[in-house]
Amino acid sequence: MRITAAEALVRSLEEEKVEVVFGYPGGAVLEIYDALFFNKKIKHVLTRSEQAAAHAASGYARVSGKVGVCIATSGPGATNLVTGIATAYMDSIPIVAITGQVPLSQIGGDMFQEVDITGATAPFTKHNYLVKNAGDIPRIVKEAFHIASTGRPGPVLIDLPRDVAREKIDFTYPEEVSLKGYKPTLQGHPLQIVKAVEAINSAKRPVILAGGGVISSGAHDELMRLAETADIPVTVSLMGIGSFPSEHPLFLGMAGTHGMPWANEALKKADLIIALGCRFNDRLTGGAGGFNKNTKIIHVDVDPAEIGKNVKVDIPIVGDIKNVLCELLKRIEKRSRKDWKDYLEGLKGEDVVEGCGDISPLDIIGELYKQTRGELIVTTDVGAHQMWTARCYKFKHPRSFITSGGLGTMGYGLPAAIGAKIANPNKQVIHITGDGSFQMNFAELATLRENDLSVKIILFNNRGLGLVKELQDIHCGGRYSQVHFGFLPDFVKLSESYGIKALRVESKKELEEAISTMLEEEGSFLLECILTMDVRVKSMLGKEEAYESHAGSLG
Amino acid sequence: MKATLAVLVENHPGVLSRVAGLFARRGFNIESLAVGPTDNPEISRMTIVVDGDERVIEQIKKQLNKLVDVIKVSFIEPENSVSRELVMIKVNTEPEKRSEIIGIAEIFRANIIDVSRDSMIIELTGDKDKVNAMEEILRPFGIKELVRTGIIAMNRGSKCIESPEQ
Repeated sequence: MRITAAEALVRSLEEEKVEVVFGYPGGAVLEIYDALFFNKKIKHVLTRSEQAAAHAASGYARVSGKVGVCIATSGPGATNLVTGIATAYMDSIPIVAITGQVPLSQIGGDMFQEVDITGATAPFTKHNYLVKNAGDIPRIVKEAFHIASTGRPGPVLIDLPRDVAREKIDFTYPEEVSLKGYKPTLQGHPLQIVKAVEAINSAKRPVILAGGGVISSGAHDELMRLAETADIPVTVSLMGIGSFPSEHPLFLGMAGTHGMPWANEALKKADLIIALGCRFNDRLTGGAGGFNKNTKIIHVDVDPAEIGKNVKVDIPIVGDIKNVLCELLKRIEKRSRKDWKDYLEGLKGEDVVEGCGDISPLDIIGELYKQTRGELIVTTDVGAHQMWTARCYKFKHPRSFITSGGLGTMGYGLPAAIGAKIANPNKQVIHITGDGSFQMNFAELATLRENDLSVKIILFNNRGLGLVKELQDIHCGGRYSQVHFGFLPDFVKLSESYGIKALRVESKKELEEAISTMLEEEGSFLLECILTMDVRVKSMLGKEEAYESHAGSLG
Repeated sequence: MKATLAVLVENHPGVLSRVAGLFARRGFNIESLAVGPTDNPEISRMTIVVDGDERVIEQIKKQLNKLVDVIKVSFIEPENSVSRELVMIKVNTEPEKRSEIIGIAEIFRANIIDVSRDSMIIELTGDKDKVNAMEEILRPFGIKELVRTGIIAMNRGSKCIESPEQ
C-alpha cells in the first residue's frame, strides 16, 4: 500500500520503537501531525515552546537510555529547537529532531518561515539530513537513529520539506544500516589495554576520573569493580555524577572549578589518572590547576577526536568504556592503597556556603537527601543551585542527575524533568532550579499539568543571578551589572495559577516539614526557598587561573 | 607545518559546506582546497592543504573523520607524491612585449589559450613552486587577473587511496 512520506516517517518512528515524541505543530509539519493524529502507538506531548520539546526529548533520552524525539515546524519552530539540540550535542545525548521545511521547489526563495536549519545545526548535530526524495525517508530515519545512539551519542536532525512529505511511497523499513563514513570503534586496542593494565597495577597514587561516557555506555558496574579491585579513589566530572555512588568510601566527589578541593588535589597529586569518557574541558582541568608533568594519563573514549584534544595523553584507548573496562578487569590485580587513601581522606572537609541567611542551600539539599536517600531523579537548571546540587546531593544511581553540563543552558531542567518523568514514571522526579533559570521556561508548568505528571520543583530564590554575580565579584571588582531582578513574580501564586500546589519557606525550621509535604504530594509541587542575595557557591577559581592551568596542561 | 590531506567524501550537495564549516568553527587554517568527483560518481575527492602544528593537524584528521559524509582521510607525504595546480593568468601584452611573453610561456611549457589586442591568457600546470615562479616573472608585464584551482595530489607508485569496501 502506498502511503505519504509523512506517514512513512511516523511508521519509521514506530519501527524504531518510539513511544513518545515531544513537539509543537505548525504550517510546515501539517502532514506529519496529520499522520500522528491517526497513529495509536506514539504519544505526542505538546510543549509550550519548541526549545522545551528538545529539552524534554533530551531528559527522556538521559533517563531511559533510548533516543528522544522532538518535532517542530520550519523557520522559528526550527530555530527554537537549536538551543535544545546544541545542549544535547555538548552532553552527547541521543535525540532525533524532526523539522518541517518549505516545499523543496521553493527552498532558497526566502519563503514564509523558511530557514536553512541543516546549515544552522551542522556545527552541533552529529549529522543532519535534508530529505529530497520521499522514498529515502525509511533509510534516513533508520540511519538517524543509528547515528544518534551508537558510538558517541548525539543529536541528528531530519528536515522534511512539505511537498516531499506529501509524496506517496511504497513503505519498507530497512533492516540494516550501511554507512561508508560511519563505523565507531568499540573494542579497545589489545596492546593499549596491556599498557593500561601495567600502568594501573604499578601505580602508587592512581585516581579514576569518570565522565558522562561511563553513564552512556552503561559501565557503572565495571567502574565499581575496577575501583574496588584495584582500590582506586574515584572523582567525577559534572556529567559523570551518578556513575559511582556518592556514599562509597572511594568516592571523592566532583572535580573541577566548582568541584571539591580534595578531588582536585587528588588529580594534582596522582601518579596515574584513569580518565573514562570525559573531555578534559576547561571547567574540569581548571580545578586541578594543571596536571603534574609526571602524572601519567590513560584516556578511554569512544570518540578518537577527544583523545589528545585538551590534554596530552600517555595511554590512549579508543573504544566503548564498558568493553574496555571488561578487558582491563581480566588482568587488574587486587591492591590496597591505604596510604594514598588516607592522605586524601585527610583532605576532606565540610562543604561551606558563604553569605547564607537562616537557610543555607546545603540545608535544603541535605534535607532532601535525608528524605530521599538517592532514590530519585534530579534535574537542574544552570547556576548556583546546580553547583550546590552537584556537590552536595549524594547521588546513588546512574541516570539520576540530569543537567546541562557542556552548554550550560538555563531553562533546561523543567522540560528535561517532563521527559524524565515520562521515561520513568515510578521514580520521584525533582527539579532543582533558581529564580533566573525558572523564569526562562516556566511555561512548561502547563505541560506538566496537561499530562498529569508529578514533578517536584525546588526553587532557590536569591532574587538574581548568583553565579554571574560571583564572577562579577572576582573579575569586575564587585560591580554588579544586571544581576539583580528588580521585579519577580510571586512564584507560589504563579504555580497555583497552573493548578500546582506550592509553598514558600523562609526559615530553616520549616524545611523538614515542607520537603516532606512536597514529597508526599501526589501531583506536582513547587517549593520556593528564600535565600539571601549574598549567598555564594565559593571554592571557585578565577577564570584566568583556570585558563592558565588549562593551557599548562597541554604540555 | 603544512600537510596535504586526501579526503574521500560522499558526492552529496552540502558536503563541501560541512567540511569548510568544520575548518572555520574549529579555527583550522585551509591553505588550499580542491574538490571533484572520482572514477566512482558517488564519491568525491578533496585535496586539502592545511597549516598547523602536529596536534592541530591530528585534530583536523580526527574531526574530519567524525563527519558521517567523510569516508576516508589520508595524509599525502610530499616526498612520495606528485602534486599539481592549474593556473590561468591574464597578462598585459603590449605589442612589443608579445614575443617575450610567448617565450616565457614556452620555457614554462605553458599554453596560451586566449589572445586579444592588449592581453593574453596563459594556462600553466605545475606544482606550487613552478606556478609561483611563473607568476613572479609575469608580474612586471602587469597581471590583470589570476585564478588557481588549488593543489591536487596523488601518491607515487602503486599505493592507492581507496574507499573501503562496505
